[in-house]
Amino acid sequence: MSDIIDAQPATEGVARELPAPPSVRRVMYGLALRDLRVLRRDWAEFITRTLMQPLLFIFVFAFVFPRIGQTIGTGAVGAAAFATVLVPGLVAIAVLFQGITAIALPLSTELGGTREIEDRIMAPVHVNIVAIEKVLFAAVQAVVAGIVVLPILLIIPDTPVRLSLADPLLALIVIPGAALLSGAIGLALGVTVEPRQIGLMFSVVILPLTFLGAVYYPWAALEAIPWLQMIVLANPLVYVSEGLRAVLTPEVPAMSSWVIITALYGYSAVLLVYALRGFARRTLS
Amino acid sequence: MLPAPLELTDVIKRFPGSPPVTAVDGISLAAAEQEILGLLGPNGAGKSTSIGIITTRVRPTEGDVRVFGVDAVRDPARVKASLGVVQQTNTLDRSLTLRENLYYHCRYFGMGASASHRRSDELLERFRLSDRRDAMPQTISGGMAQRLQIARAVAHRPALLLLDEPTAGLDPQSRIALWELVGELRDEGMTVLLSTHYMEEADALCDRVAIIDHGRILVVDAPSALKRDYGADVIIDVGLAAPADEVVRRALRGLPTVTLVEDAPAGLDGRRDGTALRVAASSSDGIVGAIVAAVAPHATLRDLSVSDTTLESVFISMTGRELRE
Repeated sequence: MSDIIDAQPATEGVARELPAPPSVRRVMYGLALRDLRVLRRDWAEFITRTLMQPLLFIFVFAFVFPRIGQTIGTGAVGAAAFATVLVPGLVAIAVLFQGITAIALPLSTELGGTREIEDRIMAPVHVNIVAIEKVLFAAVQAVVAGIVVLPILLIIPDTPVRLSLADPLLALIVIPGAALLSGAIGLALGVTVEPRQIGLMFSVVILPLTFLGAVYYPWAALEAIPWLQMIVLANPLVYVSEGLRAVLTPEVPAMSSWVIITALYGYSAVLLVYALRGFARRTLS
Repeated sequence: MLPAPLELTDVIKRFPGSPPVTAVDGISLAAAEQEILGLLGPNGAGKSTSIGIITTRVRPTEGDVRVFGVDAVRDPARVKASLGVVQQTNTLDRSLTLRENLYYHCRYFGMGASASHRRSDELLERFRLSDRRDAMPQTISGGMAQRLQIARAVAHRPALLLLDEPTAGLDPQSRIALWELVGELRDEGMTVLLSTHYMEEADALCDRVAIIDHGRILVVDAPSALKRDYGADVIIDVGLAAPADEVVRRALRGLPTVTLVEDAPAGLDGRRDGTALRVAASSSDGIVGAIVAAVAPHATLRDLSVSDTTLESVFISMTGRELRE
């Protein structure tokens, strides 16, 4: 429908009246098509980088450990519970880190070195739209990553993982929130980190996020170390892990849904404001 | 009256810092329909900042910027829809093939799928890139990359094309081929603003040239008019056996028609040892004899070459120095 409207010729007779720019939606669609093309070209890479870490973790902790008798928790019950705790955490990692690989790494090089993004910056929309498209595209990619990872995490463990989708409405709120947060973190890091600091970003940002992100243990279990339980509240991954736990494994204790939802969307909003400012600063002067 | 393709009025751009840098210091400039307008000046003169302001990427500190009457600060999206931009550096999308660079550019500008496919093929053909259409941009030559950048810039049929130093780093053949292309695009109805620090380029390609230095426009006119009004009539390069001392320079400056005496631009070896002087004179009558007579008592003359006036001599007479430093 918009095709027809947009294809109208500029008003006849006024030779040089500037044509109206295409609609924002249409430009975003064009930008998304480009990202989709690039993703399709690198799909093997996408699958590999999405699966590798969760695959190794679930294999070692939920398959190798029980078989060699090195259990976490007590006996078979402990091992089964651990696999159940681990699955939402590993999905959370796959979701959250998609934003970093899908936006932060390419954007850092494009802004800091190759300036390849120039042509998209010159698209007939406000530059923020270019950034928002990146966030939305990464969010979709994050959901896909979660869906790709989940079945593998269910197949590999030696003991059964007990999933149940008790509250579909909660899932419909938490999953988009987690995906949005993933994109927002990616954009924020992409506009902040210089290409030469990417290695540093992994050790300073990504490793602490992972290990202190309530991935391998529910947040409530940190009760035993109250100061750590407080500190990790600053870690956005905590809310993704806990959110997926609330959605997928209701029998494992998770934070209150309200806290999770507020944190996911609140964090996303704050990071987006920061990241969009940074994006404008890097592309306009 | 229809609005001009481009109109800058008293545009100033100061970049904050200590001290703040005034990159553009009160520029007023207008381009007419289907004109090729050149911004000629040394590096750091404010050419790229001026172009950046028109692309809506640099916000002017003061002044008014209009593209076909539309305010570039207030309505950047609308202005961008009618601009084609080629940046100074290679900004091709390295994740896409040559053809995809064109195709997705069309999509960013709202064109539909089949129109974008058609337009990409047409441009590949026209810019002689068809046989490398599925190559990645990293694998093509500089001349091809520049052709692709121009093809991409005009893919959505902009009315105003901005080229920032379009031939920097290109070999002479590619440069001339590019000039022809730009001329053709103008003939098809496009208005072109280009920046350059190549005199030959401004001279060969531009209908009018704005000479810009220290963020100000010194003069705007057709190259021929600039040469007539501001240029020395002749430039004489004087080669000496030994470095020229002040006595020789003073003797040359003392000649009635001589307007400038300075060290000639460094040659291929990059040396400026004072053995080559450049003299500008307002009249060619008897100048060779006068120079020989002035130099002979003080130094040994090795060679002497006379060339017609160029934009370079205009620049020298406007700014008191040469362009390539």
